[in-house]
Amino acid sequence: MIDYERLLNGKIKNTKPSGIRKYFDMAETMDNVISLGVGEPDFKTPWVVRQEAINILERGRTNYTANSGLIDLRKEISAYINRKLGLSFDPKSEIIVTVGGSEAIDLAIRCIVEPGDEVLICEPSFVCYRPIAELVGGKVVSIETKAENEFRLTADELKSKITDNTKLLILPFPNNPTGAIMTRADLEAIAEVLKDTNIAVISDEIYSELTYGEKHCSLAQIGDMRERTIIVDGFSKAYAMTGWRLGFLAGPKPLIEQMLKLHQYAIMSSPTVSQYAAIKALKECDADIEKMRNEYNARRRYLVDAFNRLGLDCFTPKGAFYVFPCIKSTGLTSDEFCEKLIMSKRVAVVPGNAFGGCGEGYIRVSYAYSISHLKEAIRRITEFLEELKG
Amino acid sequence: MDELIRLLKQNARMTDDELAVMLGVSADEVRKMIAKLEADGIIKGYSAIIDEAEYDPNSVFALIELNVTPQSQSGYEEIARQIASYDEVASVRLMSGTYDILVEVIGANIRDVSLFVSQRLATIDAVQSTATHFVLKAYKDNGIIIDGEEKDERSWVIS
Ligand SMILES: Cc1ncc(COP(=O)(O)O)c(C=O)c1O
Repeated sequence: MIDYERLLNGKIKNTKPSGIRKYFDMAETMDNVISLGVGEPDFKTPWVVRQEAINILERGRTNYTANSGLIDLRKEISAYINRKLGLSFDPKSEIIVTVGGSEAIDLAIRCIVEPGDEVLICEPSFVCYRPIAELVGGKVVSIETKAENEFRLTADELKSKITDNTKLLILPFPNNPTGAIMTRADLEAIAEVLKDTNIAVISDEIYSELTYGEKHCSLAQIGDMRERTIIVDGFSKAYAMTGWRLGFLAGPKPLIEQMLKLHQYAIMSSPTVSQYAAIKALKECDADIEKMRNEYNARRRYLVDAFNRLGLDCFTPKGAFYVFPCIKSTGLTSDEFCEKLIMSKRVAVVPGNAFGGCGEGYIRVSYAYSISHLKEAIRRITEFLEELKG
Repeated sequence: MDELIRLLKQNARMTDDELAVMLGVSADEVRKMIAKLEADGIIKGYSAIIDEAEYDPNSVFALIELNVTPQSQSGYEEIARQIASYDEVASVRLMSGTYDILVEVIGANIRDVSLFVSQRLATIDAVQSTATHFVLKAYKDNGIIIDGEEKDERSWVIS
Protein backbone atom coordinates (compact mmCIF):
# COMPACT_ATOMS: atom_id res chain seq x y z
CA MET A 1 0.00 0.00 0.00
CA ILE A 2 1.21 3.47 -0.78
CA ASP A 3 2.70 5.44 2.10
CA TYR A 4 1.48 9.01 1.80
CA GLU A 5 3.45 10.06 4.85
CA ARG A 6 6.70 9.28 3.07
CA LEU A 7 5.53 10.95 -0.10
CA LEU A 8 4.63 14.32 1.29
CA ASN A 9 6.98 17.21 1.88
CA GLY A 10 7.65 17.27 5.62
CA LYS A 11 7.49 21.03 5.70
CA ILE A 12 3.94 21.17 4.41
CA LYS A 13 2.91 18.39 6.79
CA ASN A 14 4.25 20.47 9.66
CA THR A 15 2.47 23.61 8.50
CA LYS A 16 -0.39 24.30 10.87
CA PRO A 17 -3.81 24.92 9.35
CA SER A 18 -4.86 28.49 9.97
CA GLY A 19 -6.32 29.22 13.39
CA ILE A 20 -9.32 30.85 11.79
CA ARG A 21 -10.53 27.61 10.26
CA LYS A 22 -11.83 26.12 13.50
CA TYR A 23 -14.37 28.88 14.13
CA PHE A 24 -15.44 28.98 10.54
CA ASP A 25 -16.12 25.25 10.65
CA MET A 26 -18.24 25.80 13.75
CA ALA A 27 -20.08 28.73 12.24
CA GLU A 28 -20.83 26.82 9.08
CA THR A 29 -22.84 24.22 10.95
CA MET A 30 -24.99 26.73 12.86
CA ASP A 31 -28.10 28.70 11.99
CA ASN A 32 -28.64 32.37 12.66
CA VAL A 33 -24.93 33.10 12.94
CA ILE A 34 -23.93 36.73 12.79
CA SER A 35 -20.51 36.82 11.28
CA LEU A 36 -17.92 39.48 11.82
CA GLY A 37 -15.34 37.10 10.54
CA VAL A 38 -14.68 37.50 6.87
CA GLY A 39 -11.95 39.63 5.39
CA GLU A 40 -13.56 40.69 2.16
CA PRO A 41 -15.73 43.68 1.25
CA ASP A 42 -19.50 43.36 1.58
CA PHE A 43 -19.86 45.56 -1.50
CA LYS A 44 -20.28 44.17 -4.96
CA THR A 45 -17.70 44.97 -7.59
CA PRO A 46 -18.69 48.29 -9.24
CA TRP A 47 -21.16 47.65 -12.04
CA VAL A 48 -19.03 49.20 -14.79
CA VAL A 49 -16.33 46.66 -14.02
CA ARG A 50 -18.75 43.74 -14.14
CA GLN A 51 -20.21 45.11 -17.36
CA GLU A 52 -16.76 45.31 -18.90
CA ALA A 53 -16.13 41.66 -18.05
CA ILE A 54 -19.39 40.73 -19.77
CA ASN A 55 -18.38 42.72 -22.85
CA ILE A 56 -14.99 41.06 -22.93
CA LEU A 57 -16.55 37.61 -22.73
CA GLU A 58 -18.96 38.51 -25.51
CA ARG A 59 -16.03 39.52 -27.64
CA GLY A 60 -14.45 36.15 -26.91
CA ARG A 61 -11.25 37.37 -25.31
CA THR A 62 -10.60 34.06 -23.65
CA ASN A 63 -6.90 33.49 -24.32
CA TYR A 64 -3.82 33.73 -22.15
CA THR A 65 -2.28 37.17 -21.90
CA ALA A 66 1.41 38.06 -21.87
CA ASN A 67 3.04 36.39 -18.85
CA SER A 68 3.38 39.60 -16.92
CA GLY A 69 -0.17 40.69 -17.81
CA LEU A 70 -1.87 42.80 -20.48
CA ILE A 71 0.42 45.68 -21.34
CA ASP A 72 -2.53 48.08 -21.17
CA LEU A 73 -3.24 46.94 -17.64
CA ARG A 74 0.41 47.28 -16.62
CA LYS A 75 0.39 50.79 -18.04
CA GLU A 76 -2.70 51.63 -16.02
CA ILE A 77 -1.15 50.14 -12.87
CA SER A 78 1.95 52.21 -13.49
CA ALA A 79 -0.18 55.34 -13.89
CA TYR A 80 -2.12 54.44 -10.75
CA ILE A 81 1.04 54.06 -8.65
CA ASN A 82 2.29 57.32 -10.06
CA ARG A 83 -0.96 59.04 -9.15
CA LYS A 84 -1.02 57.61 -5.62
CA LEU A 85 2.63 57.52 -4.63
CA GLY A 86 4.37 59.79 -7.12
CA LEU A 87 6.70 56.94 -8.13
CA SER A 88 7.35 55.66 -11.61
CA PHE A 89 7.52 51.97 -12.45
CA ASP A 90 8.24 50.77 -15.97
CA PRO A 91 5.19 48.82 -17.17
CA LYS A 92 7.44 46.60 -19.27
CA SER A 93 9.96 45.50 -16.69
CA GLU A 94 8.86 46.50 -13.20
CA ILE A 95 5.27 45.28 -12.87
CA ILE A 96 3.74 41.78 -12.85
CA VAL A 97 0.00 41.19 -12.80
CA THR A 98 -0.59 38.35 -10.34
CA VAL A 99 -3.34 36.06 -9.13
CA GLY A 100 -4.30 38.28 -6.22
CA GLY A 101 -1.98 39.88 -3.74
CA SER A 102 -1.63 36.30 -2.54
CA GLU A 103 0.41 35.16 -5.51
CA ALA A 104 2.41 38.37 -5.41
CA ILE A 105 3.43 37.58 -1.82
CA ASP A 106 4.24 33.99 -2.71
CA LEU A 107 6.40 35.01 -5.69
CA ALA A 108 8.25 37.66 -3.78
CA ILE A 109 9.05 35.44 -0.80
CA ARG A 110 10.04 32.41 -2.84
CA CYS A 111 12.31 34.39 -5.15
CA ILE A 112 14.22 35.89 -2.26
CA VAL A 113 14.36 33.46 0.63
CA GLU A 114 16.74 30.51 0.74
CA PRO A 115 17.20 27.95 3.51
CA GLY A 116 18.64 29.58 6.62
CA ASP A 117 17.73 33.14 5.63
CA GLU A 118 16.03 35.12 8.33
CA VAL A 119 12.71 36.71 7.45
CA LEU A 120 11.37 39.44 9.71
CA ILE A 121 7.60 39.49 9.92
CA CYS A 122 5.63 42.13 11.78
CA GLU A 123 2.94 40.37 13.80
CA PRO A 124 0.01 40.25 14.30
CA SER A 125 -0.43 40.04 10.55
CA PHE A 126 -2.06 38.24 7.66
CA VAL A 127 -1.66 34.50 7.90
CA CYS A 128 0.23 33.61 4.73
CA TYR A 129 3.70 35.12 5.15
CA ARG A 130 5.06 32.71 7.73
CA PRO A 131 4.06 29.39 6.13
CA ILE A 132 5.41 30.43 2.73
CA ALA A 133 8.70 31.65 4.19
CA GLU A 134 9.07 28.47 6.23
CA LEU A 135 8.22 26.25 3.28
CA VAL A 136 11.26 27.55 1.41
CA GLY A 137 13.42 27.00 4.48
CA GLY A 138 13.45 30.54 5.80
CA LYS A 139 13.77 31.19 9.50
CA VAL A 140 10.94 33.43 10.56
CA VAL A 141 11.67 36.06 13.17
CA SER A 142 8.55 37.69 14.51
CA ILE A 143 8.53 41.38 15.38
CA GLU A 144 5.66 42.00 17.74
CA THR A 145 3.87 45.27 17.21
CA LYS A 146 2.19 46.54 20.36
CA ALA A 147 -1.06 48.22 21.29
CA GLU A 148 0.82 51.00 23.12
CA ASN A 149 2.52 51.86 19.82
CA GLU A 150 -0.77 51.66 17.96
CA PHE A 151 0.53 48.41 16.45
CA ARG A 152 3.13 50.23 14.38
CA LEU A 153 6.60 48.88 13.73
CA THR A 154 9.19 50.93 15.59
CA ALA A 155 12.76 51.49 14.47
CA ASP A 156 14.17 50.11 17.75
CA GLU A 157 12.23 46.89 17.53
CA LEU A 158 13.33 46.44 13.94
CA LYS A 159 16.96 47.16 14.73
CA SER A 160 17.01 44.66 17.59
CA LYS A 161 15.93 41.83 15.30
CA ILE A 162 18.35 42.39 12.44
CA THR A 163 21.28 39.97 12.15
CA ASP A 164 23.82 39.17 9.42
CA ASN A 165 21.37 36.56 8.16
CA THR A 166 18.41 38.88 7.78
CA LYS A 167 17.37 39.00 4.16
CA LEU A 168 13.79 40.15 4.09
CA LEU A 169 11.37 42.29 6.04
CA ILE A 170 7.63 41.94 5.58
CA LEU A 171 5.92 45.24 6.19
CA PRO A 172 2.15 44.74 6.15
CA PHE A 173 0.49 48.15 6.50
CA PRO A 174 -2.38 49.10 6.56
CA ASN A 175 -2.52 46.00 8.68
CA ASN A 176 -4.80 43.02 8.79
CA PRO A 177 -5.86 42.33 11.61
CA THR A 178 -4.99 45.44 13.66
CA GLY A 179 -5.96 48.19 11.21
CA ALA A 180 -2.69 49.97 12.03
CA ILE A 181 -1.02 52.23 9.49
CA MET A 182 2.50 53.60 9.22
CA THR A 183 2.81 57.35 8.75
CA ARG A 184 5.54 58.96 6.69
CA ALA A 185 7.43 59.80 9.89
CA ASP A 186 7.18 56.19 11.08
CA LEU A 187 8.51 54.98 7.75
CA GLU A 188 11.35 57.49 7.77
CA ALA A 189 12.58 55.98 11.01
CA ILE A 190 12.37 52.50 9.49
CA ALA A 191 14.25 53.68 6.39
CA GLU A 192 17.01 55.02 8.60
CA VAL A 193 17.53 51.51 10.05
CA LEU A 194 17.42 49.80 6.67
CA LYS A 195 19.51 52.14 4.60
CA ASP A 196 22.93 50.60 5.17
CA THR A 197 21.73 46.99 5.08
CA ASN A 198 21.11 44.62 2.20
CA ILE A 199 17.60 43.76 3.37
CA ALA A 200 14.71 43.66 0.92
CA VAL A 201 11.21 44.68 1.98
CA ILE A 202 7.87 43.27 0.87
CA SER A 203 5.43 46.07 1.46
CA ASP A 204 1.97 44.53 1.47
CA GLU A 205 -0.20 47.50 0.59
CA ILE A 206 -3.36 45.64 -0.34
CA TYR A 207 -5.39 47.93 1.95
CA SER A 208 -3.71 51.12 0.74
CA GLU A 209 -6.99 52.61 -0.51
CA LEU A 210 -8.64 52.07 2.84
CA THR A 211 -7.14 54.60 5.21
CA TYR A 212 -9.15 57.07 7.23
CA GLY A 213 -8.11 60.64 7.79
CA GLU A 214 -4.60 60.04 6.62
CA LYS A 215 -3.34 59.25 3.14
CA HIS A 216 -1.46 56.02 2.65
CA CYS A 217 2.32 56.32 2.51
CA SER A 218 4.60 53.61 1.12
CA LEU A 219 8.13 52.82 2.23
CA ALA A 220 9.08 53.08 -1.45
CA GLN A 221 8.38 56.82 -1.23
CA ILE A 222 11.02 57.39 1.43
CA GLY A 223 14.54 58.37 0.31
CA ASP A 224 16.07 55.65 -1.84
CA MET A 225 13.93 52.89 -0.30
CA ARG A 226 12.35 52.20 -3.70
CA GLU A 227 15.47 50.21 -4.64
CA ARG A 228 14.74 47.57 -1.99
CA THR A 229 10.94 47.67 -1.81
CA ILE A 230 8.62 45.21 -3.50
CA ILE A 231 5.12 46.62 -3.48
CA VAL A 232 2.28 44.10 -3.24
CA ASP A 233 -1.14 45.48 -4.04
CA GLY A 234 -4.30 44.38 -5.78
CA PHE A 235 -7.92 44.81 -6.62
CA SER A 236 -9.56 42.65 -3.95
CA LYS A 237 -10.05 45.15 -1.17
CA ALA A 238 -9.99 48.51 -2.95
CA TYR A 239 -12.42 47.62 -5.71
CA ALA A 240 -14.31 44.82 -3.95
CA MET A 241 -12.91 42.33 -6.46
CA THR A 242 -11.83 39.41 -4.27
CA GLY A 243 -13.24 36.69 -6.50
CA TRP A 244 -11.58 38.05 -9.63
CA ARG A 245 -8.22 36.97 -8.22
CA LEU A 246 -6.13 39.85 -9.40
CA GLY A 247 -3.25 41.73 -7.85
CA PHE A 248 0.17 42.99 -8.80
CA LEU A 249 3.80 43.33 -7.88
CA ALA A 250 5.79 46.48 -8.50
CA GLY A 251 9.48 46.64 -7.77
CA PRO A 252 12.98 47.15 -9.10
CA LYS A 253 13.72 45.47 -12.42
CA PRO A 254 16.45 43.06 -11.19
CA LEU A 255 14.00 41.54 -8.71
CA ILE A 256 10.91 41.63 -10.90
CA GLU A 257 12.59 39.94 -13.85
CA GLN A 258 13.48 36.92 -11.69
CA MET A 259 10.00 36.82 -10.17
CA LEU A 260 8.53 36.83 -13.64
CA LYS A 261 10.29 33.51 -14.34
CA LEU A 262 8.55 31.85 -11.41
CA HIS A 263 5.22 33.45 -12.32
CA GLN A 264 5.62 32.26 -15.91
CA TYR A 265 6.29 28.64 -14.90
CA ALA A 266 3.84 28.43 -12.03
CA ILE A 267 0.91 30.49 -13.31
CA MET A 268 1.45 31.38 -17.02
CA SER A 269 -0.74 34.45 -16.81
CA SER A 270 -3.41 35.88 -14.56
CA PRO A 271 -7.10 35.53 -15.46
CA THR A 272 -7.71 37.35 -18.74
CA VAL A 273 -11.27 38.55 -18.18
CA SER A 274 -10.27 39.91 -14.78
CA GLN A 275 -7.38 41.78 -16.33
CA TYR A 276 -9.57 43.59 -18.84
CA ALA A 277 -12.08 44.41 -16.14
CA ALA A 278 -9.31 45.75 -13.90
CA ILE A 279 -8.32 48.29 -16.56
CA LYS A 280 -11.85 49.66 -16.28
CA ALA A 281 -11.61 49.69 -12.48
CA LEU A 282 -8.38 51.70 -12.51
CA LYS A 283 -9.74 54.15 -15.06
CA GLU A 284 -13.24 54.78 -13.80
CA CYS A 285 -13.75 53.71 -10.22
CA ASP A 286 -12.11 56.32 -8.01
CA ALA A 287 -15.55 57.53 -6.95
CA ASP A 288 -16.65 54.01 -6.04
CA ILE A 289 -13.64 53.61 -3.77
CA GLU A 290 -14.45 56.92 -2.15
CA LYS A 291 -18.02 55.80 -1.46
CA MET A 292 -16.94 52.50 0.06
CA ARG A 293 -14.28 54.23 2.15
CA ASN A 294 -16.84 56.65 3.59
CA GLU A 295 -19.14 53.81 4.47
CA TYR A 296 -16.33 51.83 6.14
CA ASN A 297 -15.32 54.92 8.04
CA ALA A 298 -18.74 55.34 9.69
CA ARG A 299 -18.76 51.67 10.67
CA ARG A 300 -15.23 51.89 12.02
CA ARG A 301 -16.16 54.76 14.30
CA TYR A 302 -19.28 52.95 15.42
CA LEU A 303 -17.38 49.79 16.40
CA VAL A 304 -14.46 51.50 18.14
CA ASP A 305 -16.93 53.44 20.26
CA ALA A 306 -19.07 50.38 20.96
CA PHE A 307 -16.17 48.18 22.10
CA ASN A 308 -14.66 50.87 24.27
CA ARG A 309 -18.04 51.39 25.91
CA LEU A 310 -18.26 47.67 26.56
CA GLY A 311 -14.95 47.83 28.39
CA LEU A 312 -13.03 46.00 25.66
CA ASP A 313 -10.23 48.47 24.99
CA CYS A 314 -10.04 49.16 21.32
CA PHE A 315 -7.43 51.36 19.71
CA THR A 316 -8.69 53.51 16.85
CA PRO A 317 -7.40 51.88 13.69
CA LYS A 318 -6.74 54.15 10.73
CA GLY A 319 -6.73 51.54 7.98
CA ALA A 320 -8.21 48.36 6.47
CA PHE A 321 -11.64 47.19 7.68
CA TYR A 322 -10.92 45.59 11.02
CA VAL A 323 -10.95 46.62 14.64
CA PHE A 324 -8.82 44.72 17.13
CA PRO A 325 -10.27 45.05 20.63
CA CYS A 326 -8.48 43.67 23.68
CA ILE A 327 -10.43 41.01 25.56
CA LYS A 328 -7.97 40.45 28.44
CA SER A 329 -10.39 42.12 30.88
CA THR A 330 -12.74 39.15 30.52
CA GLY A 331 -10.12 36.78 31.89
CA LEU A 332 -10.58 34.56 28.87
CA THR A 333 -8.03 33.62 26.24
CA SER A 334 -8.78 34.66 22.67
CA ASP A 335 -9.73 31.10 21.79
CA GLU A 336 -12.04 30.73 24.80
CA PHE A 337 -13.68 34.07 24.09
CA CYS A 338 -14.35 33.25 20.44
CA GLU A 339 -15.59 29.76 21.18
CA LYS A 340 -17.95 30.86 23.96
CA LEU A 341 -19.21 33.79 21.93
CA ILE A 342 -20.10 31.67 18.96
CA MET A 343 -21.62 28.88 21.04
CA SER A 344 -23.75 31.10 23.26
CA LYS A 345 -24.57 34.08 21.03
CA ARG A 346 -23.88 32.88 17.52
CA VAL A 347 -21.46 35.68 16.75
CA ALA A 348 -18.32 34.72 14.84
CA VAL A 349 -15.15 36.73 15.33
CA VAL A 350 -11.55 35.65 14.86
CA PRO A 351 -9.10 35.15 17.76
CA GLY A 352 -6.14 37.51 17.61
CA ASN A 353 -3.63 34.71 18.04
CA ALA A 354 -4.59 33.36 14.61
CA PHE A 355 -2.42 36.23 13.31
CA GLY A 356 0.65 35.38 15.40
CA GLY A 357 1.18 34.47 19.03
CA CYS A 358 1.33 38.11 20.09
CA GLY A 359 -2.30 38.55 19.00
CA GLU A 360 -3.32 36.60 22.10
CA GLY A 361 -5.70 38.64 24.23
CA TYR A 362 -7.32 40.29 21.21
CA ILE A 363 -10.04 39.51 18.71
CA ARG A 364 -10.35 40.61 15.10
CA VAL A 365 -13.68 42.09 14.18
CA SER A 366 -14.36 42.87 10.54
CA TYR A 367 -16.59 45.78 9.61
CA ALA A 368 -17.19 44.65 6.08
CA TYR A 369 -20.82 44.40 7.17
CA SER A 370 -23.77 46.79 7.15
CA ILE A 371 -24.39 49.03 10.15
CA SER A 372 -27.58 47.18 11.04
CA HIS A 373 -25.65 43.91 11.01
CA LEU A 374 -22.96 45.42 13.23
CA LYS A 375 -25.56 46.75 15.63
CA GLU A 376 -27.14 43.35 16.06
CA ALA A 377 -23.71 41.83 16.66
CA ILE A 378 -22.90 44.45 19.29
CA ARG A 379 -26.25 43.79 20.96
CA ARG A 380 -25.38 40.11 21.24
CA ILE A 381 -21.83 40.79 22.44
CA THR A 382 -23.25 43.11 25.12
CA GLU A 383 -25.48 40.28 26.37
CA PHE A 384 -22.56 37.89 26.22
CA LEU A 385 -20.36 40.12 28.38
CA GLU A 386 -23.16 40.64 30.90
CA GLU A 387 -23.68 36.91 31.21
CA LEU A 388 -19.93 36.40 31.61
CA LYS A 389 -19.92 38.75 34.59
CA GLY A 390 -22.76 36.63 35.99
CA MET B 1 -22.89 67.49 5.88
CA ASP B 2 -22.58 65.10 2.93
CA GLU B 3 -21.80 62.21 5.25
CA LEU B 4 -24.66 63.10 7.58
CA ILE B 5 -27.11 63.18 4.69
CA ARG B 6 -25.77 59.88 3.40
CA LEU B 7 -26.28 58.23 6.81
CA LEU B 8 -29.76 59.69 7.23
CA LYS B 9 -30.80 58.53 3.80
CA GLN B 10 -29.64 55.06 4.76
CA ASN B 11 -31.49 55.09 8.06
CA ALA B 12 -33.20 58.20 9.41
CA ARG B 13 -33.97 56.47 12.70
CA MET B 14 -30.42 56.56 13.98
CA THR B 15 -30.10 58.60 17.15
CA ASP B 16 -28.11 61.83 17.32
CA ASP B 17 -25.63 60.02 19.54
CA GLU B 18 -25.15 57.21 17.06
CA LEU B 19 -24.74 59.66 14.21
CA ALA B 20 -22.25 61.64 16.26
CA VAL B 21 -20.08 58.56 16.80
CA MET B 22 -20.18 57.61 13.15
CA LEU B 23 -19.27 61.11 12.03
CA GLY B 24 -16.64 61.68 14.70
CA VAL B 25 -18.33 64.86 16.01
CA SER B 26 -20.38 65.71 19.12
CA ALA B 27 -24.10 64.99 19.40
CA ASP B 28 -24.65 68.72 19.80
CA GLU B 29 -23.01 69.33 16.46
CA VAL B 30 -25.22 66.69 14.87
CA ARG B 31 -28.32 68.38 16.27
CA LYS B 32 -27.10 71.73 14.92
CA MET B 33 -26.38 70.31 11.49
CA ILE B 34 -29.77 68.62 11.28
CA ALA B 35 -31.53 71.78 12.45
CA LYS B 36 -29.76 73.72 9.74
CA LEU B 37 -30.61 71.19 7.04
CA GLU B 38 -34.23 71.38 8.13
CA ALA B 39 -34.27 75.16 8.33
CA ASP B 40 -32.67 75.45 4.89
CA GLY B 41 -35.37 73.19 3.51
CA ILE B 42 -32.85 70.55 2.47
CA ILE B 43 -34.35 67.92 4.74
CA LYS B 44 -38.07 67.99 3.98
CA GLY B 45 -39.13 65.23 6.32
CA TYR B 46 -38.53 61.67 7.41
CA SER B 47 -40.62 58.80 6.21
CA ALA B 48 -40.56 55.04 6.22
CA ILE B 49 -39.86 53.13 3.04
CA ILE B 50 -42.73 50.70 2.72
CA ASP B 51 -42.90 47.71 0.44
CA GLU B 52 -46.46 48.55 -0.61
CA ALA B 53 -47.01 45.20 -2.29
CA GLU B 54 -46.09 43.43 0.94
CA TYR B 55 -48.16 45.79 3.09
CA ASP B 56 -51.29 45.63 0.96
CA PRO B 57 -51.14 43.16 -1.95
CA ASN B 58 -54.15 44.85 -3.60
CA SER B 59 -52.63 48.28 -3.67
CA VAL B 60 -51.47 49.61 -7.00
CA PHE B 61 -48.84 52.05 -7.94
CA ALA B 62 -48.97 53.95 -11.21
CA LEU B 63 -46.90 56.45 -13.14
CA ILE B 64 -49.02 58.87 -15.15
CA GLU B 65 -47.60 60.98 -17.91
CA LEU B 66 -49.46 64.22 -18.60
CA ASN B 67 -49.30 66.55 -21.54
CA VAL B 68 -50.19 69.97 -20.25
CA THR B 69 -50.78 73.38 -21.86
CA PRO B 70 -48.69 75.87 -19.90
CA GLN B 71 -50.74 78.75 -18.46
CA SER B 72 -49.95 82.27 -19.59
CA GLN B 73 -49.25 83.53 -16.08
CA SER B 74 -47.87 80.64 -14.12
CA GLY B 75 -46.60 78.20 -16.74
CA TYR B 76 -46.74 74.70 -15.23
CA GLU B 77 -46.48 75.78 -11.59
CA GLU B 78 -50.12 76.14 -10.72
CA ILE B 79 -51.21 72.89 -12.33
CA ALA B 80 -48.37 71.00 -10.74
CA ARG B 81 -49.29 72.38 -7.32
CA GLN B 82 -52.93 71.55 -7.85
CA ILE B 83 -52.07 67.93 -8.70
CA ALA B 84 -49.65 67.69 -5.81
CA SER B 85 -52.36 68.57 -3.33
CA TYR B 86 -54.19 65.24 -3.78
CA ASP B 87 -53.45 62.68 -1.09
CA GLU B 88 -53.28 59.88 -3.63
CA VAL B 89 -50.34 61.57 -5.32
CA ALA B 90 -46.91 60.48 -4.10
CA SER B 91 -44.83 62.72 -6.36
CA VAL B 92 -45.16 65.30 -9.14
CA ARG B 93 -42.32 66.20 -11.47
CA LEU B 94 -41.92 68.51 -14.45
CA MET B 95 -40.10 66.57 -17.16
CA SER B 96 -38.10 67.18 -20.30
CA GLY B 97 -39.00 65.06 -23.32
CA THR B 98 -42.22 63.82 -24.87
CA TYR B 99 -44.53 64.69 -21.99
CA ASP B 100 -44.57 67.46 -19.40
CA ILE B 101 -45.53 66.20 -15.98
CA LEU B 102 -44.96 62.83 -14.34
CA VAL B 103 -47.27 61.90 -11.47
CA GLU B 104 -46.83 58.94 -9.12
CA VAL B 105 -50.09 57.70 -7.69
CA ILE B 106 -50.80 55.04 -5.06
CA GLY B 107 -54.31 53.59 -4.86
CA ALA B 108 -56.07 50.82 -2.98
CA ASN B 109 -56.84 49.03 -6.27
CA ILE B 110 -56.75 49.50 -10.05
CA ARG B 111 -60.27 50.96 -10.10
CA ASP B 112 -59.30 53.63 -7.59
CA VAL B 113 -56.36 54.74 -9.66
CA SER B 114 -58.34 54.68 -12.89
CA LEU B 115 -61.07 56.79 -11.34
CA PHE B 116 -58.52 59.22 -9.98
CA VAL B 117 -57.01 59.67 -13.42
CA SER B 118 -60.27 60.02 -15.25
CA GLN B 119 -62.06 62.19 -12.67
CA ARG B 120 -59.26 64.26 -11.16
CA LEU B 121 -56.42 64.55 -13.66
CA ALA B 122 -58.04 64.25 -17.09
CA THR B 123 -60.64 66.81 -16.14
CA ILE B 124 -58.15 69.58 -15.51
CA ASP B 125 -58.58 72.03 -18.40
CA ALA B 126 -54.90 72.39 -19.18
CA VAL B 127 -54.33 68.64 -19.30
CA GLN B 128 -54.44 67.60 -22.93
CA SER B 129 -53.75 63.90 -22.55
CA THR B 130 -52.75 61.27 -20.02
CA ALA B 131 -50.94 57.95 -20.25
CA THR B 132 -51.18 55.66 -17.24
CA HIS B 133 -48.56 53.00 -16.56
CA PHE B 134 -49.23 50.52 -13.76
CA VAL B 135 -46.21 49.28 -11.84
CA LEU B 136 -45.99 45.51 -11.96
CA LYS B 137 -43.22 45.02 -9.47
CA ALA B 138 -40.72 47.22 -7.59
CA TYR B 139 -37.16 46.05 -7.18
CA LYS B 140 -35.54 49.10 -5.66
CA ASP B 141 -37.06 52.20 -4.13
CA ASN B 142 -35.38 55.27 -2.65
CA GLY B 143 -32.00 53.64 -3.08
CA ILE B 144 -33.08 50.59 -1.12
CA ILE B 145 -33.44 47.10 -2.59
CA ILE B 146 -36.96 45.95 -1.72
CA ASP B 147 -37.15 42.81 -3.77
CA GLY B 148 -36.00 40.42 -1.04
CA GLU B 149 -32.89 40.79 1.05
CA GLU B 150 -29.62 40.12 -0.70
CA LYS B 151 -28.00 37.06 0.79
CA ASP B 152 -24.45 37.22 2.07
CA GLU B 153 -22.73 34.88 -0.34
CA ARG B 154 -19.28 35.25 1.12
CA SER B 155 -17.57 31.98 2.01
CA TRP B 156 -15.88 31.28 5.27
CA VAL B 157 -12.36 31.56 3.94
CA ILE B 158 -9.19 32.70 5.59
CA SER B 159 -8.36 36.24 4.71
C1 LIG C 1 -2.84 41.78 4.28
C2 LIG C 1 -3.33 40.98 3.13
N1 LIG C 1 -2.53 40.80 2.07
C3 LIG C 1 -2.92 40.09 1.00
C4 LIG C 1 -4.18 39.51 0.94
C5 LIG C 1 -4.51 38.71 -0.27
O1 LIG C 1 -5.60 39.16 -0.98
P1 LIG C 1 -5.84 38.81 -2.52
O2 LIG C 1 -5.06 37.59 -2.82
O3 LIG C 1 -7.30 38.60 -2.63
O4 LIG C 1 -5.36 39.98 -3.29
C6 LIG C 1 -5.05 39.67 2.02
C7 LIG C 1 -6.39 39.05 2.03
O5 LIG C 1 -7.07 38.98 2.99
C8 LIG C 1 -4.62 40.43 3.14
O6 LIG C 1 -5.42 40.63 4.20
